[in-house]
Amino acid sequence: MRTILFILQKEFIQIFRNKTMLPLIFALPVVQLVVLVNAATFELKNVDIAIVDYDNTSTSRQLISHFDASPFFNVAMVPSTDHGMTALLDNSADVILTIPADFDRELRRENAGSVQFLVNAIDGMAAGLINVYASSIVQGFHQEIITGWFDIASGGSGLPVQITHRFWYNPNLIYSIYMLPGILVILVTVIGMFLTAINIVREKEMGTIEQINVTPVKKYQFIAGKLFPFMVIALFEFAFGLLIGRLFFNLPILGSLWLLFLVAFVFLLVALGLGLFLSVISSTQQQVMFTIFFFLLMFILMSGIFTPVESMPQWAQNINIINPFVYFMKANRMILLKGSGFMDVLNDLAALSVYAFIALGFAVWRYRKTV
Amino acid sequence: MEIVIDTVSKAYGNTQALDEVSMSVSRGELFGLIGPDGAGKTTLMRILTSLLLPDKGRAELAGLDSRKDFKALRNILGYMPGRFSLYQDLSVEENLTFFASIFGEKFDPDFYLIRDIYAQLAPFKKRLAGRLSGGMKQKLALCCALIHKPRILILDEPTTGVDAVSRKEFWDMLSQLRQEQITTLVSTPYMDEAVRCDRVALIQAGKIMDINTPAGVVDSFKPELYSIATPHIYQTLLALKEYNDTYSVYPFGQVIHFIPTDASVSPHKVQDYLTKKGIEAVSITPALPNIEDCFMELMQDEHTNG
Repeated sequence: MRTILFILQKEFIQIFRNKTMLPLIFALPVVQLVVLVNAATFELKNVDIAIVDYDNTSTSRQLISHFDASPFFNVAMVPSTDHGMTALLDNSADVILTIPADFDRELRRENAGSVQFLVNAIDGMAAGLINVYASSIVQGFHQEIITGWFDIASGGSGLPVQITHRFWYNPNLIYSIYMLPGILVILVTVIGMFLTAINIVREKEMGTIEQINVTPVKKYQFIAGKLFPFMVIALFEFAFGLLIGRLFFNLPILGSLWLLFLVAFVFLLVALGLGLFLSVISSTQQQVMFTIFFFLLMFILMSGIFTPVESMPQWAQNINIINPFVYFMKANRMILLKGSGFMDVLNDLAALSVYAFIALGFAVWRYRKTV
Repeated sequence: MEIVIDTVSKAYGNTQALDEVSMSVSRGELFGLIGPDGAGKTTLMRILTSLLLPDKGRAELAGLDSRKDFKALRNILGYMPGRFSLYQDLSVEENLTFFASIFGEKFDPDFYLIRDIYAQLAPFKKRLAGRLSGGMKQKLALCCALIHKPRILILDEPTTGVDAVSRKEFWDMLSQLRQEQITTLVSTPYMDEAVRCDRVALIQAGKIMDINTPAGVVDSFKPELYSIATPHIYQTLLALKEYNDTYSVYPFGQVIHFIPTDASVSPHKVQDYLTKKGIEAVSITPALPNIEDCFMELMQDEHTNG
């Protein structure tokens, strides 16, 4: 036990002596959180819509005014669909709305008018969102004219079923609140995993590990000495990120902070354990950087931070069973946004614990006190 | 015997780093392992320090098997790797404190084994190890290797890349340690350092060529040796390399050392040959061999026989 303390003391001296790393450890999370949380959102603003109005009646103008009033759309009137196509090609429009000549007549006579949207779908996700936004505006317009034209009480046909939404846990769909816990997860992992892994490989590159290896220091002591300092830094980083989220993004923290840090701790055991394992099997910083980069990218992109896990193909969802990020991101969001309790995240916690056990076990097992 | 090495072999792929090496070192002996780069010195030391496992054979230090009893072994071993392996971003004092503490000791500047060496380091105790001069680094490394009062000290090329004065100081320290009954195995590529050892082993291409005391090595030198002084060292060397009666020829400081194939080759004959080759102003005198000549001769032997 005393030996571990001496190793820890040495590690902390080295960490705090490193004049370039320390500021980075603190500056990076602030920059990343502020930039990424604000930038990486699914909200679409400033969609350029080119509207072709062949109908030119008060009804069609009423529809156009709905788009005008929406904060999401910048309306530009074009004389024909061809002009609209040109705008689509040179990227000055994202979507073309064509209102046919008999729109008003059909709507009044058949109660069924039709309009056409041509959406630029190079970015599939954006196209989907534009479609949803535009459709909901048209639906709103529809409801308005129906209630205007027909008296619901007289038995005229309103919309048969009216659908209203209410979004739970994030009622205003503020994406920053959704993104922040996810980005925080990435951040603490990157810091923890890279620092740990590079630290051990650096000992190999500098040759210092050879001197340590001939001492009676035990394998687990050495691994623990490497794990603990970066665990502390990563947890501190996590707390720091939560604070930034609370102060600048109004991040709700509904659940227990203790539970949150417990999950974070177990998750970091996994992340750092993986970092340790990769570093004991690599011999240069270059190797370890590449392998960690590979795993991180896979884990992050599969984790559901940018695309929902539910929309991934089944095999990808199966792969995600071994993705520690999935568990932590889920638990993180549940605790922060929903206020979930211990029993709610027990499964994730259990999965992470098993993972941590395996990762650390492998790291200790593979660390050889030989050259 | 304090160190027993019994037919140890180690190969890296197709390269045979050690080929059935056997030798032993007695308690308190200062034993030198002399050989050129790539001879297998570091491999042998890593096997002794239990950092490497031999393919064949076994090594025993203070009665402990390097393979089975490596845990106990690491407590009684002081090791100084060939490359400076202390923490460059820790100060002199911090390095010593750290290495003392992981052996369960306290760093005490007055500890008798390190007192004299540390006295030279003390003015720089707050300086980071990475900022020390080469000689100081070696002294610090020696201090760290001694701090837990090891029974056996293994030093891998401690004087490589160190200036002549520091080299001499370093060997003076090793001589002092001998009085403390610490068995020291030290490797070096510098043949002139061999005379500072009790016994030396000449190692080349993974094989031990000879084990003897420095005086014994010199005594066993049989052939005639001539020293050739000339302003045209390079031409003379080239000419003698083509000479039929040359057994061995190599530059030696400001002169050339020349060993004829047999004693019947007189200096006059050589002189004539050189004159014929157009090299004048040559003086050839018999020379007393020193340890370097012996090693050159042993290696030459290996080349011609192997």
